[in-house]
Amino acid sequence: MAEPVMVADRSAGRSARRSVWAGLLQDRLLWVLALLLALSYGLPHLHAVMAALFPAQQRPVYLQEPLATLLWQHIALVLVSSAAATLLGSAAGVAVSRRAGQAFRPMLESIATTGQTLPPIAVLALAVPMVGFGELPALIALALYGLLPVLQATLAGLAGVPQAVLESARAMGLSARQVLWQVEVPLALPVWLAGVRSSVIINIGTAAIASTVGAKTLGSPIIVGLSGFNTAYVLQGAVLVGLLAVATDMAFERLAQRLAWQV
Amino acid sequence: MIDFQGVSKAYDGVLAIDRLDLHIAKGELVVLIGPSGSGKSTALKLINRMLDHDSGRILFEGREIYSFDVRDLRRRMGYAIQSVGLFPHWTVERNIATVPHLLGWPAARIADRVTELLTLFHLEPALYRQRYPHQLSGGQQQRIGVARALAADPAVLLMDEPFGALDPVTRAALQLELKRIHQSFGKTIVLVTHDIDEALLLADKIVLLDQGRVVQIGTPLALLAQPASEFVPDFFGRADLGIKLLSLKPVAALVRPGPAAPGSPSVINSATLREAVASLAAHCVAVLNVVDAHNTVLGSLHAADVFAPERHG
Repeated sequence: MAEPVMVADRSAGRSARRSVWAGLLQDRLLWVLALLLALSYGLPHLHAVMAALFPAQQRPVYLQEPLATLLWQHIALVLVSSAAATLLGSAAGVAVSRRAGQAFRPMLESIATTGQTLPPIAVLALAVPMVGFGELPALIALALYGLLPVLQATLAGLAGVPQAVLESARAMGLSARQVLWQVEVPLALPVWLAGVRSSVIINIGTAAIASTVGAKTLGSPIIVGLSGFNTAYVLQGAVLVGLLAVATDMAFERLAQRLAWQV
Repeated sequence: MIDFQGVSKAYDGVLAIDRLDLHIAKGELVVLIGPSGSGKSTALKLINRMLDHDSGRILFEGREIYSFDVRDLRRRMGYAIQSVGLFPHWTVERNIATVPHLLGWPAARIADRVTELLTLFHLEPALYRQRYPHQLSGGQQQRIGVARALAADPAVLLMDEPFGALDPVTRAALQLELKRIHQSFGKTIVLVTHDIDEALLLADKIVLLDQGRVVQIGTPLALLAQPASEFVPDFFGRADLGIKLLSLKPVAALVRPGPAAPGSPSVINSATLREAVASLAAHCVAVLNVVDAHNTVLGSLHAADVFAPERHG
């Protein structure tokens, strides 16, 4: 009697495994990620293909630094700067929406808006005389630049929590901290996440420009290509930056679906 | 249970509550009523310190409310409002469990309490406990709102126009449910409304406010029959004052015992005289048969008795 059960189990396990594989194959995010990694690691070995695509170029493949290294440096720069922007923006947004911090709200909003009106290249240029060339001015500029979307989304998310819900929470005897963490934060989260998403996507694009001040990113082939009239370089950098932005956006989309508390 | 002693509250120099004195006894259902701007909502919110008063004292169970920790005070008072304010990201069960959860009840006790309250409000626990507020109708949401206010068995239930946003049918059903709950648990309830019929139906005691001052405090009958000033009948509607008075009196008091009058329509003895008069008028008759809940004839009700002042005091 035991034998058929085991057989059934094994075949059930096999079909479950098959459907997992089928699910992975239909996953668009995985395909984009795979393409991004394949191009980053594989492009330097595709000299023949690139030479055929760009017959006029003597050096159709960017080889000054490995593209994969640039990809990881680009990701690291965005991660660190966006983390800083998200932490600062969220904390500031929460602080000025408390009763004690309300007086600072107009000031903070105007500073953040002014920061956003400066083009990123100007922020980069301003940071260089202060901290020199390299990763640091890029980090500072990106963090400042990513601040506003997060701040605005935090304020909008908190403002969107219905007054009746807040009144009930207080009247039930929740402390100010409990109201914040148990009610305001979860209800503001979807709007907040949308702000973080646009902040990160903006930073992925802006990080490419940061190559102009000496940071090593996927923008390096673009800058080098532009100054050397090498469209092959420009294309390689641009495609990789684009794929990274698309993959990140898809990942955020998935996270947003997880966080939605309302159907 | 709750005592207002010379309580005043002003907004930007304008008095919203002017030297209010009010005693609310344990187990009483007190309705605060008045035109908009009369201070009725303000008075309610002073009790659980959602608002702070400027002068005077408010006592809860004999103690000045400012001697309590504010969260502790609020957890001992249920609170239900017109816009309900259920937490949209929590299930019905978690919403009802808000205060028990804050008080650190064990999970099993909370689950039992949720089952009990859902049953009390005629909501099938298995069906509703895992639902989210947006999956409920307005009436169901308000039932959950009141259940949440009752969850930790508070000493007092504060309600700010709780049924104001509901359709008339749902409102009437919830008013009767509240009345039933008040009668079976004897909870002290303070309810704010501008709905006169709601006040007359529910109140043990009505507090009529105007511009932050008490106009009259008394039973519904006292306010209609012995108004303290011209404002009282004006507010309750002079034109149908008599009809409103009839709505406070039961048919049972005027029954003439005897056999059924053949061909007359019947009325249940727990109905009000208002309903009986409506039936008399609708059927163009002068006599109704009075029956009890089992449809047994108890006697008859004569139109002449309804309009004879000496028959009802």
